[in-house]
Amino acid sequence: MSRLSIRNVAKTFPGVRRGVPPTQALQPISLDVADNDFITVLGPSGCGKSTLLRLVAGLETPTAGDILLDGTPIAGAGADRGVVFQSYTLFPWLTVRQNICFGLREKGMPAAGQREISERFIGQVGLRGFEEHYPKQLSGGMQQRVAIARALANDPKILLLDEPFGALDNQTRVLMQELLLGIWEQAQKTVMFVTHDIDEAIFMANRVVVMSARPGRIKAEVAADFPHPRHYTIKTSPEFMALKAQLTEEIRVEAMAADH
Amino acid sequence: MKLLVPVTRESRILLGVAFFMAFVGLWSLLTWSGAVPKHFLASPWQTLLSGWDLFANQKFGFDVGMTVWRVVGGFLLAAVIAVPLGIAMGTYKPIEAFFEPFVSFARYLPASAFIPLLILWVGIGEAQKLTVIFIGCFFQLTLMIAMIVAGTRRDLVEAAYTLGCRDSGVIRRVVLPGAAPDIAEALRQVLGLGWTYIIVAELIGASSGIGHMITDSQALMATDHIIAGIVVIGLVGLLSDVLFKKVNQHLFSWSLQR
Repeated sequence: MSRLSIRNVAKTFPGVRRGVPPTQALQPISLDVADNDFITVLGPSGCGKSTLLRLVAGLETPTAGDILLDGTPIAGAGADRGVVFQSYTLFPWLTVRQNICFGLREKGMPAAGQREISERFIGQVGLRGFEEHYPKQLSGGMQQRVAIARALANDPKILLLDEPFGALDNQTRVLMQELLLGIWEQAQKTVMFVTHDIDEAIFMANRVVVMSARPGRIKAEVAADFPHPRHYTIKTSPEFMALKAQLTEEIRVEAMAADH
Repeated sequence: MKLLVPVTRESRILLGVAFFMAFVGLWSLLTWSGAVPKHFLASPWQTLLSGWDLFANQKFGFDVGMTVWRVVGGFLLAAVIAVPLGIAMGTYKPIEAFFEPFVSFARYLPASAFIPLLILWVGIGEAQKLTVIFIGCFFQLTLMIAMIVAGTRRDLVEAAYTLGCRDSGVIRRVVLPGAAPDIAEALRQVLGLGWTYIIVAELIGASSGIGHMITDSQALMATDHIIAGIVVIGLVGLLSDVLFKKVNQHLFSWSLQR
């Protein structure tokens, strides 16, 4: 059964000033994501992949088309779709634990329940001992781990990630990829992950959706069926390299198109 | 000295005290050498004695108390209305469009120019003093708070929506805590502004307060009392500022640099 169903969704942004023509960010796009699937959306910068994610999150309204979650059209943002942003969006006045409990408290969950759930996710993202720290006391990688825990604590139907590791250094980024994949392998969640990093797109996904230059459309869908649990060493396997070469070519054409 | 490099706590205190000493030194030099006549400018020692005399024999403590109560009262009245209004203006753009042009205009009306008018309207009692402080603080504060709230981080607001918040939850759990340290800082600055207005209000038509004592002393050519009064205003202002800052630091430790 498809959990998320995107049907002919298009988005055009109005011109910011009078006389500036509107920007077509997305051509009509259709995409289905199955329950417990992990898809990555790969595209050159400015292709509208973040717009697509923000539409699903309900932070933007589509100009045309429908977005269905479990068969119900979405209306605005909601706790059933957890989002991890590229920028660090932890609430700076709350501790790690309070950040993770933010959504639970909004639901009115009793303190004991909040504590139990936050304990579980603090353990899962490896932040035991940092429960009472404030965001500014954490490194970028740790902040993003809290952001993932905060989104997951709400038990959303789908987890949306918008280049969550984009601002991290390469070593941290690889560790974070393994961490997130580990969580997904255990918890089985439906995940939509937006990135411009080809390695990341293949390593994380069951299926890579390649987008064209703006106005974005889906150019190709490629299965990345490497066995789970995945280890970072698969990145050097011939199959991985072949897929990477194929996607590099696809993206290169689009990046060049975007440049002209 | 290097650009933007902080100094140690010890040298900071040392430097701060050094300037005070230099200032008092120059003051002493001018008065004791006889370069400036005594009845124009009293010496530091004379000022200190007069200050003691004021508190000990002339019930100056009561005047200081009256002045403090007027500033705090007028300031609190302004804050009680300005804080919610500023928050509403910062979060809801139509409300801002409605009030902002008028408030921006009213901000430039000098509060002290209202004093003659206010004496006509509400007399020379406490209401007049409170209203001057209110006018002086209210518009300034409203605009500052509206601007602070409008600067709320969009990404945090979006994060809150995706975590299940509705508009009221976003205001309560994101906008308010995020803006609180800057609002507290704005309150501190505007309280300082209140101090500059109160003396003007008390110079005209008052029967108590620091400003009233200064006007009386002027008639008697008692420059030592005037200077003592000014110093007391400075000290009380500094004290309230330091207290405010301490409370802010305690409440909003998360927003300070590590």
